[in-house]
Amino acid sequence: MQRIGDAPGVRRTLILAAVALAALFLLLPLVAIFAQAFAQGMGVFWSNVSDRYTVAAIGLTLFITVLTIPVCLVFGVALAWLVTRFAFPGRRLLQTLIDIPFAVSPVVAGLVYLLLYGRNGWLGGWLDGHDIQLMFAWPGILLVTIFVTCPFVARELIPLMQAQGSREEEAAVTLGAPGWTIFRRVTLPNIRWALLYGVILTNARAVGEFGAVSVVSGAIRGQTNTLPLHLEQLYQDYNTVGAFASASLLALIALLTLAAKATLEWRAARQEAHP
Amino acid sequence: MSTRALPFAIGRTPKRVLPGFGLSLGISLTFVSLVLLLPMTGLFGQLAGLSLAEYWAIISDGRVVASYTVTIGAAAVAALVNAAFGLLLAWVLVRYEFPGKRLLDALMDLPFALPTAVAGITLATLYASNGWMGRLLEPLGLEVAYTWVGIALAMAFTSIPFVVRTVQPVLEDLPAEVDEAALTLGASDATAFRRVILPHLWPALVTGTGLAFVRSLGEFGAIIFIAGNMPYETEITALMIFVRLQEYDYAGASAIASVVLFVSLALLLAINVWQGRFIKRLHGGRG
Amino acid sequence: MTLRPLFQRPLFQRSLLAIALGAGLIGPASAAERELLNSSYDIARELFAAINPDFVAHWQETQGETVAVSQSHGGSSAQARAILQGLRADVVTYNQVTDVQALADGGLVDEAWQEALPNAASPYYSTTAFLVRKDNPKGIESWDDLVRDDVSMVFPNPKTSGNGRYTYLAAWGFADQHFDGDEEQIHDFMRTFLRNVAVFDTGGRGATTSFIERGRGDVLISFESEVNNIRSEYGSDDYEVIVPPVSILAEFPVAVVGPNAERNGTTDLAQAYVEYLYGEEAQRTLAGFNYRVHHEAVVEEFADQFPETELLRVEEVFGGWEEAMEAHFANGGLLDQLQRR
Repeated sequence: MQRIGDAPGVRRTLILAAVALAALFLLLPLVAIFAQAFAQGMGVFWSNVSDRYTVAAIGLTLFITVLTIPVCLVFGVALAWLVTRFAFPGRRLLQTLIDIPFAVSPVVAGLVYLLLYGRNGWLGGWLDGHDIQLMFAWPGILLVTIFVTCPFVARELIPLMQAQGSREEEAAVTLGAPGWTIFRRVTLPNIRWALLYGVILTNARAVGEFGAVSVVSGAIRGQTNTLPLHLEQLYQDYNTVGAFASASLLALIALLTLAAKATLEWRAARQEAHP
Repeated sequence: MSTRALPFAIGRTPKRVLPGFGLSLGISLTFVSLVLLLPMTGLFGQLAGLSLAEYWAIISDGRVVASYTVTIGAAAVAALVNAAFGLLLAWVLVRYEFPGKRLLDALMDLPFALPTAVAGITLATLYASNGWMGRLLEPLGLEVAYTWVGIALAMAFTSIPFVVRTVQPVLEDLPAEVDEAALTLGASDATAFRRVILPHLWPALVTGTGLAFVRSLGEFGAIIFIAGNMPYETEITALMIFVRLQEYDYAGASAIASVVLFVSLALLLAINVWQGRFIKRLHGGRG
Repeated sequence: MTLRPLFQRPLFQRSLLAIALGAGLIGPASAAERELLNSSYDIARELFAAINPDFVAHWQETQGETVAVSQSHGGSSAQARAILQGLRADVVTYNQVTDVQALADGGLVDEAWQEALPNAASPYYSTTAFLVRKDNPKGIESWDDLVRDDVSMVFPNPKTSGNGRYTYLAAWGFADQHFDGDEEQIHDFMRTFLRNVAVFDTGGRGATTSFIERGRGDVLISFESEVNNIRSEYGSDDYEVIVPPVSILAEFPVAVVGPNAERNGTTDLAQAYVEYLYGEEAQRTLAGFNYRVHHEAVVEEFADQFPETELLRVEEVFGGWEEAMEAHFANGGLLDQLQRR
């Protein structure tokens, strides 16, 4: 069948242009990160990565991410279920509200948490009186990370669940299946790829968040420094290789994320083809 | 994020036969109020401390207004560049088979996966006058780092995936008959694309470009390293918020932040509504 | 990278535990070891990484107690803001008098903090100096060379950086002296001065990168200590340090954050720490990092390193920090007016 743009000349030009632009715009920065990280050889790179403070920063970043994902997962699924399976007043509003984290600059996101839970905030004052510290400790970092990442799972699920409709679940209800069983047996298999994709996006953002975390972290080395903050500090200290060594770890996580996503999409596509 | 299907559009009003309404409503409302709305009260608490005149004085200050111009201008350029670049990439990824295609496809999401601070220091290093790219561009008279171009570049980098990922699924769903019909009528490739394909892609393209634009308005981490931060010339609005924070001026920071917040939310809402209308029209008003 | 082996590693488990402990959720770190948190400015990490072990050894020797000192670094104003909002630092070591004052105004530092320790609570000091390219091709010796048409310079934005504020004040102080207080001429001078800035980075590090790695500007202006460090970092042969004959006194104030130290049970330790900074051992380390110090023996030892220069005091030229901040750096102040188009 004849299609637009199938002439070999057009095809070759367009592919070449796309690949060239992508290489220049996307691949080159990636290469630059690793080139800078290994600029002084493997030994220097390794001594930077195995530095006590870097290891602590990696630990904290993973710890925060591991705690963030389940929270976002539960919220995302609940919200998607709510807005796609039921009609109620304020449904549109609720859907727009979850876009707030996309509309708020991360620095401001950190600020609003600080204004609320900081020592001078109206909740923070009470907490301080009870010797509970949220800001400048890991719970504060966790809170802002949840704030900036919470829309991802919901945003992935809503369009899909809307498109699929609720006919299958309704059939299951008629057959008398209990709620959890319906969700586990009927809904979950339909949405699992989108769910995983949402988790991957959440993970990527949770690992890399800088602006919001920098406001509430306190940047205590070895204690409340996440990997992106640690990177910025090394950069401030004129340790370019160290900064890019940390950057390369983050880039590596980004690459793993991309690989996981590509694999998922490939499996999802295969499943669609052979259900 | 992908908008594989367009949200807010499809489906008749669902009946409440399914279980879990109370539970999901409870979780969602608790979460939205505690995590999203409660902290925002802090922002509005700061704003409440300002009189209208003070608020206006802060947000209409000459330097802040200049920063709106820089931010909006650069974001618009970045969004338009991304519209063209994203369309090209989506087209190539959907229509052609070639070695390395899956790699290219995976690479598209890099800007979302890469922390913005990493993107910032890397772009600044690449496009500085002694960087790999800067060394090539400077002799041509094109200065990127510390100029307006650098700001647009950083914005474009962080928002590439929006256009690609919104156009891609629509292009995939376009039946081959559309092409054929156009070509059998004897139209050239360019004409057929413009007259037949583009109208189908239009909503997705506008949505993707709009999302890219909104994202660029709020971006800070990636830009700050490559912008010269010269008053009136290369200062972005996010920097003005940052400056107010440094001065312990929470009210001022909140006031400027509120402008960005309202503009972004209004744009997001407009995109959602516009998209809904368009889909309704496509479905012959049944939606 | 598989996650399971990583999670099983004792190092990782210990670091998780340390995070939980450090966060204060499980309470003060098992009470076995007292810990001091020093909140400090950017780029002082290596300095305190050198001083802290000496202090720990000193405390062990004199008191027979093992303690630990943790560091938090960031922009000085952001650091003070964090403490005001609840970061439980025991001591502060800043590069801005105003940031300690902000803590005093917030009731977290004793109001008479500047009298509590010698030299207005500033154990070391520095001044603003120039870094120029090899052989000083533009012949820059003092502030009036910087307003020439053919000179462009790099220093951090006074709005976001204490370092940048010192540069602005030093130039003003020079102009004030040069034009004998004639306001119009001072304003003209400052307007030209600000127009000659090539890049306004948000912090000292960004400015250095712009100057060294991006090749912008003819001169980088920063603390004398900093330009010396940069010169030794990036090659003594490629750059030269110029200390102008007139410049500003940059103080590095320290203070104990009383309520926090009391809460953490570290009041004695915190006090000893700030006092230790005045001792010979710490002063020698400070001089090694190109800071000017007060300890006589050390001053003599490092005399060659620090050229004589007239240091203007903010109190004398501007009537005090509060006045300077209000008149120059506040929103709509002189800095904004001079930059207005």
